[in-house]
Amino acid sequence: MSDHSFELKGSLFPLSVLYCQDFSVAALQAQLQQKLAQAPGFFHQAPVVINVENAKQIPDFIAIKQLFVELQLVLVGVCGANAELKKVAQQAGLAALQLSKNNGKTPEAAAKPVAEPAPIAPAAAVVTAVVENKLIEQNIRSGQQIYVKGADLIIKGTVGAGAEVIADGNIHIYGSLRGKAIAGAGGDSSKKIYCYNMQAELISIAGNYWLSESLQGEFWGKSACISLQDGQLVLAELF
Amino acid sequence: MAKIIVVTSGKGGVGKTTSSAAIGTGLALRGHKTVIVDFDIGLRNLDLIMGCERRVVYDFVNVINNEANLKQAMIRDKRLDNLYILPASQTRDKDALNKEGVERVLNELSDEFDFIICDSPAGIESGAMMALYFADEAIVVTNPEVSSVRDSDRILGMLSSKSRRAEQGLPGIKEHLLLTRYNPERVVKGEMLSVEDVNDILAIKLLGVIPESQAVLNASNSGQPVILDTESDAGQAYLDTVARLIGEDVPFRFLSVEKKGLFKRIFGG
Ligand SMILES: Nc1ncnc2c1ncn2[C@@H]1O[C@H](COP(=O)(O)OP(=O)(O)OP(=O)(O)O)[C@@H](O)[C@H]1O
Ligand SMILES: [Mg+2]
Repeated sequence: MSDHSFELKGSLFPLSVLYCQDFSVAALQAQLQQKLAQAPGFFHQAPVVINVENAKQIPDFIAIKQLFVELQLVLVGVCGANAELKKVAQQAGLAALQLSKNNGKTPEAAAKPVAEPAPIAPAAAVVTAVVENKLIEQNIRSGQQIYVKGADLIIKGTVGAGAEVIADGNIHIYGSLRGKAIAGAGGDSSKKIYCYNMQAELISIAGNYWLSESLQGEFWGKSACISLQDGQLVLAELF
Repeated sequence: MAKIIVVTSGKGGVGKTTSSAAIGTGLALRGHKTVIVDFDIGLRNLDLIMGCERRVVYDFVNVINNEANLKQAMIRDKRLDNLYILPASQTRDKDALNKEGVERVLNELSDEFDFIICDSPAGIESGAMMALYFADEAIVVTNPEVSSVRDSDRILGMLSSKSRRAEQGLPGIKEHLLLTRYNPERVVKGEMLSVEDVNDILAIKLLGVIPESQAVLNASNSGQPVILDTESDAGQAYLDTVARLIGEDVPFRFLSVEKKGLFKRIFGG
C-alpha cells in the first residue's frame, strides 16, 4: 500500500456547469439563490464550473468567487473562455477548463442559469470511459458512481440509495432505481431514462432535474420512462 | 486451504463482534478448525466477548511486525480445542496493519485452519478495507434500520470493487446478509424495517436473523459467546446461521412476535 501514498492521477468527476449570459453579481446572485431554494442541500458545497461562452461582459471573477463562497458553492473554474477571459479567470485563481465536444453545446434557454452535470477530462480510474454502450450486470451500491461517456448505460440490477449512474446517452435500469440517474449528461435533451421500479433520489436529463419529492406520483415504485419534452421532464408508462 | 470470511457492516455497533464470536464458535462446535482474527486494532473487543482477555500476551500487530510468531500470539479457547483467537492490539492505532503483513499472516493461518473469521472494525477506512480485502465470503451484519442498511449497501459496493478478488478479476466474494437485533414487535409497529424490506433493498442471500435479546448482553458480560447459550433465542438463531453457512437448509425462526417467551426470559430464571 505504501507505494500509493503519493500519486498524481487523472480522474473524471461530474461537475455542475452553469450556463449564463449576464455575469453581473446581482443577477447571478438572484438566479442562483432561486435555483438553490428549489433543491436545498443538493448543491451544498457542490463544485461548479461556469460557462462563459456567451458572457456579455467580462465577469468580475473575484466577486463571483466570493458570491459562491457565500452561497456555499465551490467555484472550480471556467469553460468556453476565449484567450482574454482565460487570462482574467486564471488571474483570479480559477482553472480554465477545456470544453469537450459533447458538452460544449449551450442549452437553448441560455439566458437563465441552468445547472448541468458535465464531465471533465481526462479519463480515470474510478469512472469508466467507453465509447460503446456499457452493460453492467450487478447492483450499483451506495457510494458507487458509474459514468458512461458518449453512450448508453444498461444496468441489470438495482441502483441503491446513495449511488449515482450517469451517461451521456440513455440509461436503462432493469431493477429498482433508488439513487440518482443522470442521462444526457453531455447536454443531449433527447436522451431518456427507463427503469423497472422508480424510487429515485434524483432524475436528470440534460441538466433538467427532479428530486424525489417531485417524483412521488403515480409512477413511484412502478416502472417508468422519463423523457424531456419542451424543457420539462415527463414521466410515462414503460409499456 | 481455509475459507476466509469477513464479518463486516460499515455502521458501528450493529453486532459484528458478537456475530464473529458466535459464528466462529459455532463452526468449531461443528468440528471445523477455526480462528477468529480481531481486525479492530485499538479497541480490542473480541477477546472480552470470548472471555480470554486475561490471556493476551502478544497480538496481531506483533505478528505483523515479526515481534512474535503466530503460535505465541494465538489463544486457544478453553472450551473448544479446535477454536483459536488472534487478538487485536489495544495500544496501536488502526494504521498498524499493512496489506503485505496481513496477507502473510492469513496465508500462514490458511494452511492450518478450515475457517478464518475476520472481525472487521466499523467504517470504510483502511482497517475495514484490510479486513475484507482477502475474503472469500462476507457476512454483512445489518440492523433493521435505514442507516444501517445504507451502510451495508456501501460495504457491498466495496466488496465488489475493492477486494483482492475484484482487483484480480477472480469470482466475486460470496455475500451473506445477517440481520441482527431484530425485534418483531417493533417491526409490526412500523418502527423497524422488516426482513423483507431489508432483503429487497440489499438483494443478497439471507444467512440469518438474530433477535434482539437479553441473552446477548448476559453472554458478553460473562465472556461466553452467546451461541453456547443453547436455551436462548439468540443462541439458537446463531446455531441456525452456522448450519446455513455450511450449506444446510434450515427454516428461519424468531421472525414473529412471541410475547410469552420474552417475559419468561426477563422474569424467569
Ligand atoms: N442480538 C442482540 N441483542 C441485543 N443486543 C445485541 C445483539 N447483538 C449485539 N448486541 C449488543 O450491541 C452492542 C454492539 O455489539 P458488537 O460489539 O457485537 O457490535 P460491533 O458491530 O462489533 O461494534 P463495533 O462497530 O464497535 O465493532 C453490544 O452491546 C452488544 O451486546
Ligand atoms: Mg466490534
